Amino acid sequence: MLIGHQPKEFLLAVEALTVSFDGFKAVNDLSFYVDENEIRVIIGPNGAGKTTVLDLICGKTKATSGSIQFRGKELTRMKENEIVKAGVGRKFQNPSIYDDLTVFENLEISYPRGRSVFGALTFTRDAAVRDRVHEVAEMIFLKDKLNMSADLLSHGQKQWLEIGMLLIQDPDLLMLDEPVAGMSVSERAKTAELLNRIIKNRSVLVIEHDMKFVEDIAHKVTVLHQGQILSEGTMEKVQNDPKVIEVYLGH
Amino acid sequence: MTDNRFFNRSELIGILVLAVFLVAVLPLTLDVFRLNLVAKYLTYAFVALGLVICWGYGGILSLGQGVFFGLGGYCMAMFLKLEASSVENTKIQSTPGIPDFMDWNQLTALPFFWKPFHSLTFTVAAIVLVPGIFALIIGTAMFKRRVGGTYFAIITQAVAAILTILIVGQQGYTGGINGMTDLRTLKGWDIRPDHAKIALYFFEVGCLFVCIMIAQFVRHSKLGRILVAMREKEDRVRFSGYSVANFKIFAFCIAAVFAAVGGAMFALNVGFMSPSFVGIVPSIEMVIYTAVGGRLSILGAIYGTLLVNFAKTSLSETFPELWLFGLGGLFIAVVLAFPNGLAGIWGDYVQPRIERLIASRKPKPEGWTDGSVADGAPAE
Repeated sequence: MLIGHQPKEFLLAVEALTVSFDGFKAVNDLSFYVDENEIRVIIGPNGAGKTTVLDLICGKTKATSGSIQFRGKELTRMKENEIVKAGVGRKFQNPSIYDDLTVFENLEISYPRGRSVFGALTFTRDAAVRDRVHEVAEMIFLKDKLNMSADLLSHGQKQWLEIGMLLIQDPDLLMLDEPVAGMSVSERAKTAELLNRIIKNRSVLVIEHDMKFVEDIAHKVTVLHQGQILSEGTMEKVQNDPKVIEVYLGH
Repeated sequence: MTDNRFFNRSELIGILVLAVFLVAVLPLTLDVFRLNLVAKYLTYAFVALGLVICWGYGGILSLGQGVFFGLGGYCMAMFLKLEASSVENTKIQSTPGIPDFMDWNQLTALPFFWKPFHSLTFTVAAIVLVPGIFALIIGTAMFKRRVGGTYFAIITQAVAAILTILIVGQQGYTGGINGMTDLRTLKGWDIRPDHAKIALYFFEVGCLFVCIMIAQFVRHSKLGRILVAMREKEDRVRFSGYSVANFKIFAFCIAAVFAAVGGAMFALNVGFMSPSFVGIVPSIEMVIYTAVGGRLSILGAIYGTLLVNFAKTSLSETFPELWLFGLGGLFIAVVLAFPNGLAGIWGDYVQPRIERLIASRKPKPEGWTDGSVADGAPAE
């Protein structure tokens, strides 16, 4: 509860962010701000730089210039694992899970404890870990599959598992790259329900092409085109923007 | 989840079977000469064990494990050589009290880095620390820069080649191409007679089981699962908050230390150490032992090492020229047909049959679940 009027603190402030690959500017002077508990969806045609933006935030790609402030910390200078510890979680476009491990073990690895070499050696699977894994597994509809090898899951279940791995990490900013791509209609509905449940008390940055899905979840939409912002605002505003209709939605 | 921190039930059975095989069956059935050969083979099993963790679990292929085998072996050999080079043993030399090869190379005093090897305590520490720290340096330099896969394998090969050249070239300090020969006593206890060979064999088996237990502990810890996870999806591990480089460095270091212990055992059991166990060829052979045994199986690697070396000895006794072709063919066959080696064959074909046989005799208890894991690790 805030008393009186305070200057607004953004959770994530991306300013003048630029990355160039051999002269090609995949992201060009990009600035946007994400509030606490906001769900922001990034849309845009292929090659607009959407995934690159997530790569830059989580440290997979190093920025050429510009800044990314997360809770006052400058992410562009931090290592990937430090960014995770700061509270940023990232789901990849293709389900990125460990096929040779069980569902339980997949979730357990993401449990935020024992992340150093020594910590991992002495890590014990205590009640707190087990309870949390069971709790998350229930949320992601995989309660009965905990001891199953992850490569036996369906595509949709793998996507859920990766979302679960992020949940157990409990990030303040959750970044999802096309979470419903390749899912069946019923899986899509379940995923929307899942996302609506897990976005409480955190901010989410989503890349998605499915406009129905975007409409369902987005608070605010950012449209990227050729590494720059084409339009930003509510879904309704963006949908009626003639520039957006021309480069993206009109097709 | 009945596992303790070291092994589950079927692994315990496998370890006990191996213990009986090494502690009772082999010593009772083999003469001292053959038992000493087994002791020699088992020194490579330490290397194979390290490769299971580093290559099998972590996916880091090192083609330079001979480096660490050699460093451990040379540390041990330096201690033994100093003891064998007492003043009365070497009184015919122009400088008595220094190793014979130094005398031949016109050295007149013991080099400074040899002096601490008068102490057994220092030597034992050096056997673990010298290769461990060397691996730490290589690992940090490579993995922090995200060098991996084939590039890493090639660099380890280069290191193996460099170390061999260094040892051969610095004859006065290392004994050169002949290595360090004529090792005699350990703290006054003669290591050459039969009873000493037998005692050393049992000591070596003891050390091997300590290493197996360490490997089992690593494997069953979360670190073991992170290694597997890293092998598959390095980025996912990184973006789950782990420093991937540190885990790779750890796996590489533990493999190096195991290899070094094997090297030290080699110097003790075989009685000499030479650069021919350091270079590229022995390093690759050690990888083949692991591949044949099954790179995902701790015990498989040990059986693989024994089997390949038995084959090597018996084949090269009869057809010396053919052996290298045989080894190459074996490696290709394993990679093409049995990627998980002997352990994979056991886990896929033999073990299910045994389990079915046992299961058909007694009814399944309530809540019985298949305990086998997906990594193809066999019970034995």
